[in-house]
Amino acid sequence: MGKMTLEELRKLRETKQKELSRRESDKSRKVIIGMGTCGIAAGAKEAFDAFLDECNKQNLDDVVIKQTGCMGLCHSEPTVEVHMEGMPDVVYGKVDASTAREIVQKHLIDKALVNDHIYDKPAADIMGQE
Amino acid sequence: MAFKNYILVCGGTGCESNKADDIYQGLKRELKAQGMENEAQVVKTGCFGFCEKGPIIKVLPDESFYVQVSPSDVKEIVAEHIIKGRQVSRLLYNNADSKKQARIDDIDFYQKQFRVVLRNCGFINPENIDEYIAREGYKGLEMALFEKTPDQVIEEIKKSGLRGRGGAGFPTWKKWVFTKDAPGDVKYIVCNADEGDPGAYMDRSTLEGDPHSVLEAMAIAGYTVGAQKGYIYIRAEYPLAISRLEIAIKQAKEYGLLGEKILGSDFDFDIEIRLGAGAFVCGEETALLTSIEGNRGMPIPRPPFPATKGLWGKPTVINNVETYANIPVIVSRGGDWFAKIGTEDSKGTKVFALTGAINNSGLIEVPMGTTLREIIYDIGGGIKDGKAFKAVQTGGPSGGVITAEYLDTPIDYNSLAKLGSIMGSGGMIVMDEDDCIVDVAKFYLDFTVDESCGKCAPCRIGGRSLFNLMDNITKGKGSVEDIKKMRDIGHAMQKASLCGLGQTAPNPVISVLKYFEEEFMAHIIDKKCPAGKCTELVRYMILPDKCIGCGLCARRCPVNCISGEKRQPHVIDQQACIKCGECFQVCKFDAVGKE
Repeated sequence: MGKMTLEELRKLRETKQKELSRRESDKSRKVIIGMGTCGIAAGAKEAFDAFLDECNKQNLDDVVIKQTGCMGLCHSEPTVEVHMEGMPDVVYGKVDASTAREIVQKHLIDKALVNDHIYDKPAADIMGQE
Repeated sequence: MAFKNYILVCGGTGCESNKADDIYQGLKRELKAQGMENEAQVVKTGCFGFCEKGPIIKVLPDESFYVQVSPSDVKEIVAEHIIKGRQVSRLLYNNADSKKQARIDDIDFYQKQFRVVLRNCGFINPENIDEYIAREGYKGLEMALFEKTPDQVIEEIKKSGLRGRGGAGFPTWKKWVFTKDAPGDVKYIVCNADEGDPGAYMDRSTLEGDPHSVLEAMAIAGYTVGAQKGYIYIRAEYPLAISRLEIAIKQAKEYGLLGEKILGSDFDFDIEIRLGAGAFVCGEETALLTSIEGNRGMPIPRPPFPATKGLWGKPTVINNVETYANIPVIVSRGGDWFAKIGTEDSKGTKVFALTGAINNSGLIEVPMGTTLREIIYDIGGGIKDGKAFKAVQTGGPSGGVITAEYLDTPIDYNSLAKLGSIMGSGGMIVMDEDDCIVDVAKFYLDFTVDESCGKCAPCRIGGRSLFNLMDNITKGKGSVEDIKKMRDIGHAMQKASLCGLGQTAPNPVISVLKYFEEEFMAHIIDKKCPAGKCTELVRYMILPDKCIGCGLCARRCPVNCISGEKRQPHVIDQQACIKCGECFQVCKFDAVGKE
């Protein structure tokens, strides 16, 4: 997209907002990996690759794997948030490559949570509320 | 097959020692007994914080947060919550008893954190501008450009009560007014991202997680004061933050959110990145500006302040990353919204990098007025390995320590200053009983002495003399008169140094002298380091009644100063001992003592 006018920005925001809320309610499975310096230092790239590889192996082509910044849980990096239909949103911490593969199998496929790796989201999202 | 409920049992050390495992096993047994094992999954988790209220159980998807659960509650939780779908209200966390200052009304749940600055960190992909836009991104800029005059923007910021997050807490709106009212066509907006306190990484994480929030704020500042150009001064040691900023600037330019005629208005604004070489003094605003100009980063006397005579002599707004990150939401939601968070004279939130002897180290954001106890115990999960809390250091090399008796002080600019520390940029280092406070103060002083630019004598000479005195004390060569000398030198530095670096460099020492004079005296008079950290004052010895003569320490000693017959108590040759502590670490029988 080129340079925007005010109207175009407003329209883009609206579409993206809708997309975002649709994405939250749609069926696609999402894996969001914290990739700030802290996450990367703790091995987030290895976890990222393991998610990609395992999803490929299991033919899960609807899984969206994306990066984000630091969530603040430095004591349990790398952190990964998983969203999917029919499961609560969960933050996993200390996710190395093998835990990543376990999350794909247990959480994304078998719909069960993975022991010993769940952490609490640090705060509610202010953007949802006015 | 999916479960209807998930029962999360906290598996942190605090809860584990409080029978969390019995609860975990009990829940599994009870679910099975009730034939509900396919309805609910029991999972053990990492630490939730809140260790004082443990054991903790959280039930998903409804997020019920149960505290102080005991194994005898298991039956009721299964019968009521899992089978009948009713919360067990007597176990729910009750927020009403917490001593909160004026908090925002609608936040009434167990979490102590409230994320304004970090609103997008950990949510959006920082390399995708669309995701930022979807979450109210560039709405503040849009409203400023098309719905507000510069004076109205300043009015919102004034109402918000926002104060500079770099540490000193100067009201942001005042800075902006000075620059706005200063004569001249050319003005600049500068972002101070030269974060340098040891253990602090708030700004790095903000820039890595949400770079557009700072770009948007700088554009708003440019519109408000009449500047067309902005610089972000960031240290070269932050490569990921730099690369994300570069991507963000490129995307914003493509969208016409930076550059000429932004969103079709008459406003032009451009941002460039300037890399710092990692000198701590360049975090001081005049030194930073000098460095951007291409000169050696040294401070110049103020006034004139940068707000009226800054970069290349032009009026310049200079704020730090966290201050800017607040601006877009203040403009889009209004100053009144923001002013509901925090205390009377410190509005909003503060981001801290919580590190040191704490279980859950991390980046946290809390409303002003949160107590240290809430931060350390409810969010941080308490002190590591069950040790005793000694003090917390805030404000890095410019700050001081806060002791246990002040844990319940609500944190804001004024309360911390009263305690002899400062808010600082947000480093918060927790110390336990094993930390030597004299050694910690010496560490910070060593840092500032090293980072002093040398331009003014009070900082250059005073810092070095102060350090030498501290060094002598940690080596058992101090005298009682040194205490007075240190106070005198410290006060002279505070009064006479050219910039903030020298003026605040003695703070760690002066603050520690105030609260821990006894520990100084132990070093000076008894020639002992109570925490056993100052190597020259420590003596390791083998306790003959505990030593079984396994010889492990002798084999591990790097200077072979431990000797003894097999199965007989060993002895350390004190003359040869280099006090590395290896024997103390490896002994499995606690037979090595230190004093």
